[in-house]
Parts: sequence; structure tokens; C-alpha cells
Amino acid sequence: MKVLVAVKRVVDFNVKIRVKPDGSGLDLAGVKMSMNPFDEIAVEEAVRLKEQGVASEVIAVSCGSAACQETLRSALALGADRAMLVETDVELEPLAVAKLLASIAEREQPQMIILGKQAIDDDCNQVGQMLAALTAMPQATFVSKVTVNDRHATVTREVDGGLETLRLRLPAVITTDLRLNEPRYATLPNIMKAKKKPLDVLTPAELGIDVTPRLALLKLAEPPRRSAGIRVPDVATLLEKLKNEAKVI
Amino acid sequence: MTAPTKVLVIAEHDHVSLKKATRHAVTAALACGSDVHVLVAGHGAEGVALEASRLSGVSHVLHADGPALADHLAENLSTQVLALAHSYSHVLFPATSNGKNVAPRVAALLDVAQISDIISVIDAQTFERPIYAGNAIATVRSGDKVKIITVRTSAFDAVDAEGGAASIERMVTVDDSGLSTLMGREVARSERPELASARIVVSGGRALGSSEKFLDVLTPLADKLNAALGASRAAVDAGYAPNDWQVGQTGKIVAPQLYIACGISGAIQHQAGMKDSKVIVAINKDPEAPIFEIADYGLEADLFDVVPQLAAAL
Repeated sequence: MKVLVAVKRVVDFNVKIRVKPDGSGLDLAGVKMSMNPFDEIAVEEAVRLKEQGVASEVIAVSCGSAACQETLRSALALGADRAMLVETDVELEPLAVAKLLASIAEREQPQMIILGKQAIDDDCNQVGQMLAALTAMPQATFVSKVTVNDRHATVTREVDGGLETLRLRLPAVITTDLRLNEPRYATLPNIMKAKKKPLDVLTPAELGIDVTPRLALLKLAEPPRRSAGIRVPDVATLLEKLKNEAKVI
Repeated sequence: MTAPTKVLVIAEHDHVSLKKATRHAVTAALACGSDVHVLVAGHGAEGVALEASRLSGVSHVLHADGPALADHLAENLSTQVLALAHSYSHVLFPATSNGKNVAPRVAALLDVAQISDIISVIDAQTFERPIYAGNAIATVRSGDKVKIITVRTSAFDAVDAEGGAASIERMVTVDDSGLSTLMGREVARSERPELASARIVVSGGRALGSSEKFLDVLTPLADKLNAALGASRAAVDAGYAPNDWQVGQTGKIVAPQLYIACGISGAIQHQAGMKDSKVIVAINKDPEAPIFEIADYGLEADLFDVVPQLAAAL
């Protein structure tokens, strides 16, 4: 079966971001960008399905600026067979991405689509669910285990209070949680090979999708800073402070 | 703006009782409009519908009771909500794992944007939400006819569980989509307060060293304080604590009165889940640990010495 995996280029998770003083956006000049960590897990899972002989082809897709080609090359170096970029400079909202991916799914007819549960930049946690809705596929979000057999997938989800197991009719959409797997590193020979793998570039217009944002960003602000606290020398002082100063116990 | 503001809250429940997350979402709903309805979708959840009808500020409860809704499956529940959504200006879900699972599906079916994890309602069209692990707060305005929203429960107080007298209306339920089936659930049973709504949270990191030590050291303190137990991602990944104890950007977001971080260095991703706590205590051997930058009270010491001392002194 064919597996589609969606990847997003985001500010690296280790970067401490800064809001521009005028509140118009983030200061991203010279900031390190990487593949969204949940998407690395998604690619890893797709590649493992291929290694198990379950998947026949893994297609990595990204939506955004030309620079996303880099992210797609990383996915190819990790084991994806080919890549597609839907190129646009419009700031894409989850609904737009879901529509673009639905349109690609329509063309490619994958049996499984794997996405990260959320992107660490907008922290939305929406695209997988929206894509499932638009393609009328079943969904399993926050997945920590996947087994595929013939026409179904059995998945374990991380939910509040524990775990649940679902059986999904294929084709299906799955979003990855942290504990699904440990993504591999790309080796140098695979990075070199990835440069030769096919990468198609499309536009939203070619797919017939309107990607105009629905939400207006009025302002971006730094969160309120916590005032610096104090160090206490021992347990007795800590207890005294919690009882009499903070009055929380 | 003269658009009608009828607001629907999707109740979070386990068929036995209404989850407190619902009451937090109702507070956010009342900030969007005064006519707040609650949908209780499930199978055999009459008691929950009754509980919802007593919530302060709720004027009407819709009760959808059918086998397709028994397992909170996203495919069925989203169709059920969709059947109602057009008569509302806002549909709010608590940002629980259920809410986050279903809300975007509803939004896409309605062809509207979804606003995730709001922390405040500026007006009926304008909301604040954190992005980049809480390192920036975005103010966004939605022009959509129906606004689909998930609510960060720790950012809104809970409405009173009593005092309301809403009418209850039974509604026609959807059929099973046949797309997915629940095979089983492993629910971690706990006597402790729920992590997301606990007044005090005692949280441990990788420094605890093993799952036995995690429980041995932290449980007595948590018991004394009637606190929920939490964990850093490192502690969860190492297998010292179950997944659903994880506090952080990718785990639970908590804002208790008191958060005690034991042996947690305080990475950005962890801080995203707890930095809105009223009082933060950090216990860590490393004087340079970033957690000390946001702690109200920092105790630079070996947690294996001081946590038992603290428990004993309470």
C-alpha cells in the first residue's frame, strides 16, 4: 500500500523565539529551521511500514515556501521514496493545509496518511483531523502504536487517563504522538541519495485550492514574565514561606 | 455586531459523571455569549445530562443518546455536532484529548478555521492563544460564521456545578459511520485528584532514577498535600511515570495553585505546561537548572534528601 506522510518546516525546537517589538510577528532572521519533531516520528513510522513490507511506497508532502524542499530532502534521506511540495508564500492555516493534502490524497490514493499530532510552532493540533474529515476517512490521533493488517489498522492512542485501542477501516489518517517510535538519523550516503530522488513542485492554484487565511492575526505578544523568585536554604524555610507568604498550603 | 450569539459547549464526560473540564469551557462560553447550551452526547448518560442542566449559566442541555455515541468516536461525534452547529455562533470544546480529537473534524466539515486552546476571550470574535510552546501569545480574530474553538481549561475558572436549571431536550442521534471501532481502553485508576484540575501538583523528572523511586519518593509528599502527580517528558520516556502524567507542550497544561518540580531541569517544552501555576517550587541539585528562573521558591538540594523531609514536616 501507498503511504503519504506530511512534514512541516518549523523553527527548531531548541530555539528560544523572540517576538518583534512591534507585535507584528516573530523575529525569525537567521533562526535555525528543522522538520517538526512529530513529523520525524511520522516519517519514521512510514519507513518502518515499508521495511516491514506493509507499505510499497512512501510519499512525503510539505506545503509552504520553496525552503520546505530542504525538509522534504530530509524526509527522503530518512527513507521516503519521493516528495511533493505545494509551494506558496501565503501563511497557511491548518484548514488550507488539510485541503491541499486532501487534494493530493485524491490524486495519489494512499491507504494511509501519517501526520504529526501538532506542529510546535502554531501548536494547533488540527490538520490530521481536518484531513480525515475532508477525505471522509477514519482518524486516529495521538497514536503510540500501529499495526496494519490487510484492510484495517489497529492503533493505540494516548488519551487523558490512559490508552485506547481503535480499529480503523483503511484508508485512514493517523497522527503521531511522541512515543510511537524513535526516529532514526539520516546517514551521509542516504543524504546523498536523497538528492537524486524525485521532488515535484505544485501550487495551490494547480490543485484548485483557495488558501486565503480565515483568521486575522491582530497581535503577537511576549507572555507575561514571572518575577524572579528567591532561593531558600532549607526545607523549614520553604515550608514557612509556602504557609505564611504564598499561603498555598 | 448583531449576529446572534448562541453558544454550544460539548460536554466532556465518561457516561458516569461530567468532567470538570466542561465547567471551565462553560466559563469561556459565557464570555462569548449569554445563551449557553451544552451537548451531552453518549449512550446511557442521563445522569450526566442532569448534571449539565444544573451548571450555573447554562440555559439548555441537548442530550443525544445512542449506541453510535457510546465510545466518543470522532467520526460519529463530529457528525452529531455538525447537525447542530449551524444554529450556533460558537461551538466550544474543552482542549482535552477528546476535544482536540473531534473539534477540527467539525471545523473542516463546516469549512471554517478552528481556534485552538484559547486562553482568553477578548470579544465574541477575538481570542488569545499561546503559540511556540507558550513563548508568544497570538491575538486572532475570526470572521467565520460559526467559530469552532477549543478551550485551555487551566485558563478559565470553572462555573459552579449547582445553581442552574436548564431544560433538557433529547435529540435524534447519528448512525455509526462504520469507519472506526473501539477495541479496548486501559484506564489508569487513580485515587488522586486529576492532574489537569488539581490544586497542587508534585512533579518529578529523570533525576528520580526509576519508577520505584519515583513513586517511593514523591507519593508520600503528594499524599500529604492531596496533590496530583506529574512528570517531565524525560521521566515518562525513561518509563518512570505513565504517559498521561506528562506535563508540557505535548502533554498536559496545568496551572495549579502550587507546582512542585522535583529533579526537573525545566526545558522550554516543560515550562509550556506549568509556567502559569500560581506558585512554583523547584527542588534541584543543579544551581544552573532553568527551572530556577521561573520558580518562586528554589531549593538547591538533593531531592532524595529534601522531598522526604518535606513530606515528614507536613
